Amino acid sequence: MVIPKLAFRNIWGAGLRTWLNVVALSFSFVAIIFLQGLYNGMNNQMEKATADAQYGGGQYWQSSYDPYDPLTLNEAHGVIPDDLLKLVDDKKAVPILIRQATIYPNGRFQNVLLKGIPPEQVVLSVPSLFLKTDEETIPALIGNRMAKSTGLKEGDYITVRWRDTNGTFDANEVKIVKVMKTNVPEIDNAQLWIPLDKMRIMTEMPNEATMIVLEKDSQFNKSIANWEYKDLDFLMRDLKALFLTKSIGGSIFYLVLLFLAMLAIFDTQILSIFRRKKEMGTLMALGMTRSKLIQLFTLEGAIHAVLAAVVAALYGIPLLTWVATNGYGLPEATDSYGFALGNRIFPSYTAGLVVGTTLLVLIVTTIVSFLPTRKIAKLKPTDALRGKLT
Amino acid sequence: MENSVLIKLENLVKEYPIGNTKIKALDDVDLTFVKGEFTGVVGPSGSGKTTMLNIIGSLDSPTTGSASVLGKKVEKLSHKQSAALRNKHLGFIFQTYNLLPVYTVFENVEFPLLLLGISAQERRNMVMRTLEWVHLADRAKSKPNQLSGGQSQRVAIARAIVKKPEIVLADEPTANLDAENSHNILKIMENLNRELGTTFLFSTHDEKVIQYLRRKITLMDGKVFKDEIINHKG
Repeated sequence: MVIPKLAFRNIWGAGLRTWLNVVALSFSFVAIIFLQGLYNGMNNQMEKATADAQYGGGQYWQSSYDPYDPLTLNEAHGVIPDDLLKLVDDKKAVPILIRQATIYPNGRFQNVLLKGIPPEQVVLSVPSLFLKTDEETIPALIGNRMAKSTGLKEGDYITVRWRDTNGTFDANEVKIVKVMKTNVPEIDNAQLWIPLDKMRIMTEMPNEATMIVLEKDSQFNKSIANWEYKDLDFLMRDLKALFLTKSIGGSIFYLVLLFLAMLAIFDTQILSIFRRKKEMGTLMALGMTRSKLIQLFTLEGAIHAVLAAVVAALYGIPLLTWVATNGYGLPEATDSYGFALGNRIFPSYTAGLVVGTTLLVLIVTTIVSFLPTRKIAKLKPTDALRGKLT
Repeated sequence: MENSVLIKLENLVKEYPIGNTKIKALDDVDLTFVKGEFTGVVGPSGSGKTTMLNIIGSLDSPTTGSASVLGKKVEKLSHKQSAALRNKHLGFIFQTYNLLPVYTVFENVEFPLLLLGISAQERRNMVMRTLEWVHLADRAKSKPNQLSGGQSQRVAIARAIVKKPEIVLADEPTANLDAENSHNILKIMENLNRELGTTFLFSTHDEKVIQYLRRKITLMDGKVFKDEIINHKG
């Protein structure tokens, strides 16, 4: 127990020098955990927002439907089967009918997806209730990105042209009744939401839908003819791929921060060994072996990391908790990034992240503390006493 | 008589490489030191005083010849055995005190006892008793930067003798001290030599030290020039 005792004595005795190192290292702890928490929070938020507004708890697709192939939309519709219809009636699922259409904003034309949704639905976080009007005109809901790109605003009328079930073109005016603010670009960009019953009349597709979105946490996954069940893992795979790409970027940040912290420790150790060579000579003259000296200096480095973890906890826990509660504000421009990000990100710190980061920093710090001390193994006591490094 | 021989140097040679040539710091030195000696090794700078003390202290090893300390051949000791010899049997006093700057006086003196694994209570008693010998019990909590040169050297003496070693090696112990402090230090060491029977071996060229010595060895260019016993009046 002599080495830990001496290490603590040296660290405590070094006073301000120790605390400067400790505080600098503690910044790394907090920064690493904060950044990783931010990534986790961002992923969780994107996943939740996308599920809430787009995927629900899974979907049934009409067998011809392929979201990546717009040409399939002509055929991608069918009468809702009884099993699914019961869920729709119980408000445990919502049918959506999708057709290609063209709009003509400001003298231009633009291809859009015309989406019919029941105004009273409660499964998705789309504010569809705005579509419930008594007016003769067709009410339409668009997202803020769509409004920005087309120049449309609430109260505007816009001509829409579509094909009915027989392929015959038809056109009408729709009124923008609401520009919804949404974090999910997939329900916003180039999309026009109208009431399902009106769309069924417009397209001559009574009782039909392109997809049925199940409510969150739905366990319903029965196999139904001409309809394909898609679970959340399938629906979220693009998002998960995006997370993976981001997590590689995040890992690079993580490693850079870790590297900076280790550089600080390595530098401190080198400086310490350089400055304290006469002290090392004295310790050797007093009977300390080289291996004990190496242990002492390595332990001193490692204790820096332990103290840094404690200091980081002292200011980091309140700070990170506050950020997790109040969120981290994002600039307006992030709205156009194509991710389902809100105005604020709420970081999410898991126990694994905190404990894992702490342990990793402790282990790496100990290794990095040890590396420069190998110089001591070659140190001659007489040279050390003269203040020389051999 | 042979039983009380603590240090025996035989045909001791130490060479240092300087560029392409070799400098002989010690040249065929034969010396014997017995228990209870109060001996000074004198000579001009570069005469080999410190090198001889370093070899006796197992901090360095001879190029040829042999240095036997407490029956152990220094040149044959491993690093670990050398450290054990220094830890248990030798005390060092340095010209620049070499106190550990972040430790208090008490902790500096306690250090060798920690390495020996002595219990806390016993350590405390030994340290305080030693600090009383050097008249520094009241400065136990001070840091080295709060001490004068004389006080610092007394702490270094306390650290060297706290474990009651057989041999204390002092390299120019008074070189940085004024006359009054030098005399105080030497009186303390003389008393310890008499009361504890500790063997003191100095390297010095300080006249103040020389008047306290009971044996004076003069080195010149690495060779023993003169080895004389000094009889003080009274």
